[in-house]
Amino acid sequence: MSLIDAFRVTLRAIFANRLRSVLTSLGVVIGVSSVIALVAVAQGTQQGVTDRIRGLGTGLIFVESSAAATTSQTGGPAGLVQSTLVASDAAAIAADAIPGVIAVAAHAAVDTQLVAGANNVGATVVSTSSEYGEVRDLDVRSGSFITPAHDEEGSMVAVLGARAAETLYPGADPVGQQVRLSFAGGRLTLAFVVVGVLEEQGGAGEADDQAFIPLTSIANRLRFLYTPAGDLRVTQIDVRAADGVDEDRVKEEISELLLFRHETTEPDFVIQSQDDLISAATEVSNTLSILLGSIAGISLLVGGIGVMNIMLVSVAERAREIGIRRAVGATSRDIVTQFVTEALTLSLFGGVVGIALGTGASLAVDGRAVGGQELAVLIQPWSIAAAFLVAAGVGLAAGSYPAYRAATIDPIAALRNE
Amino acid sequence: MIILRDVTRVYATGGMAVRALAGVNLEIDRGEFVAVMGRSGSGKSTLMNIIGLLDRPTTGEYLLAGRDVERFTEDVRSRLRGAAFGFVFQSYNLLPRMTALEQVELPLIYQRAQDRRRRAAEALVRVGMQHRIAHLPNELSGGEQQRVAIARSLAVNPLMLLADEPTGALDTATGGEIMRLFTELVEERGVAVVLVTHETEVATYARRTIRMRDGKIIEDSGKSGGPPARAPAGASGH
Ligand SMILES: Nc1ncnc2c1ncn2[C@@H]1O[C@H](COP(=O)(O)OP(=O)(O)OP(=O)(O)O)[C@@H](O)[C@H]1O
Ligand SMILES: [Mg+2]
Repeated sequence: MSLIDAFRVTLRAIFANRLRSVLTSLGVVIGVSSVIALVAVAQGTQQGVTDRIRGLGTGLIFVESSAAATTSQTGGPAGLVQSTLVASDAAAIAADAIPGVIAVAAHAAVDTQLVAGANNVGATVVSTSSEYGEVRDLDVRSGSFITPAHDEEGSMVAVLGARAAETLYPGADPVGQQVRLSFAGGRLTLAFVVVGVLEEQGGAGEADDQAFIPLTSIANRLRFLYTPAGDLRVTQIDVRAADGVDEDRVKEEISELLLFRHETTEPDFVIQSQDDLISAATEVSNTLSILLGSIAGISLLVGGIGVMNIMLVSVAERAREIGIRRAVGATSRDIVTQFVTEALTLSLFGGVVGIALGTGASLAVDGRAVGGQELAVLIQPWSIAAAFLVAAGVGLAAGSYPAYRAATIDPIAALRNE
Repeated sequence: MIILRDVTRVYATGGMAVRALAGVNLEIDRGEFVAVMGRSGSGKSTLMNIIGLLDRPTTGEYLLAGRDVERFTEDVRSRLRGAAFGFVFQSYNLLPRMTALEQVELPLIYQRAQDRRRRAAEALVRVGMQHRIAHLPNELSGGEQQRVAIARSLAVNPLMLLADEPTGALDTATGGEIMRLFTELVEERGVAVVLVTHETEVATYARRTIRMRDGKIIEDSGKSGGPPARAPAGASGH
């Protein structure tokens, strides 16, 4: 029997039991579509993180205080108070003439509420210095970024990200306006004058929703930000290195300098380049992909069991048909071919529908907010290929044993049964 | 064409051995029309299955065209079963949901034959069923179903037709038609027909009659078993 003939027999059998065939395939449909959708979400999340890190420009090296790194991501007050990283560390890195270092900026991020008239918005305020604009490659649309003079005087000035500015002052130029920053859930509110608004970064740019103030301004009000030695605590120091510089060398030199300054041999800070961050994020999301993929894979397995179950029923029901086919010359291999083709067709049909459904569902949730987080999906061709191959494998596995049973049916006994 | 020597077939069922065939010696040549008779359980169907390569002897020798069939692989046996033999059963054994033409095509599919449609159609013409080509089994009368089953067994041009009570489910007139068809095949195409039947009138169409009892052949009218029995004068011809 040729494969085309086997496929004809298969189609006939599938169409004769339309509902049953559809229900059988459904298990595979659900399995394949959830594998595709979940892997797409995991990959999309990774892409988002990677894009955000890349969006910072190239050659950035981050020095983070170990204390801040272990407390909270944005560096809440707790992390800041325990931080051993200080603003003069940044100055020292800049002054140390490490080859390839272009600019250095220390900063501490604090979650605040920004209030302007009747409008308010929750935003991360980055307390930093004038160098931050250069380090992060920020362009100003209106006014200016924090200036060295602001640093010097501890001026109560703020620079707003594009989206934060639009929310607080819709349609107006906020430069010269007053904005109030409410810290620690409203326990401390300080007034600042807006001196600049940033160019919209778009995409994954985080600066759009942030505000920037001089470290010195807030430190004058919050004395605990000073160390006993009179230095300003920060949670992070960003270093921009020139293109083509050996970042590992730069990291090493910064590390040695800070160890010397902190008079310790155990680093109380973590130094990471963009590549380090990207590979860490990739590792996390690959683990997530595998985890989600295997959970979905279990439903694919259940789908395969469904196919096998129906194939066993089908073989039992068609014992007489098998007997007749053997009597007119079918070899046992012909019978195996027939039933494997049938199982394969059922699961590949389920696979194709599942790919369509999984892709459709992925595209449907793309950009939707779920639990306050915007879902990003990325459909990888390899996940479709893998889902298809797995569906084929499921078909083969689910069809083999029933086909073997079919091939070993005694034709005489099958023909005798009326 | 076929020679059986001391063929036995023993079924081991629940610790008890049933000797369905207890030493059968038989030789059948091309163009013979043999009727096999005997009481129920005498081993007629078992014999047919062994001749048609559906079953294997427990002991004894089976030569097909001079070759020991025990030497054939399972695949070769399957191919031969489809190519050299045609089975016709009492219960027709057509596949549901297949048209008459598709039923007849079935053995040709397994032979990977060329020109399947045409050959199947020709076989249906031979049994006078050309007007029912697209009918499903449940749209055919018993006699028509049996004729489709015969067409199916003829499609591959078999050397031997094995018919196990082919007229058992049919009325006498329809049964007579089937028997005349067999006679025609024997005389015009040289096909060997082996026919199991309980009815003496049916057996009279055959030129040779074999009687079985307890798995043995107790009577064989032999190859020179007199002139071929013809159908009653009034019912013959077309
Ligand atoms: N699969 C089997 N297992 C055990 N015994 C069997 C099996 N098949 C047949 N037999 C036994 O072998 C003997 C011969 O059976 P067979 O079917 O050849 O008889 P038969 O002559 O065709 O009878 P009938 O005229 O009723 O069809 C019977 O006694 C039957 O019970
Ligand atoms: Mg019988």
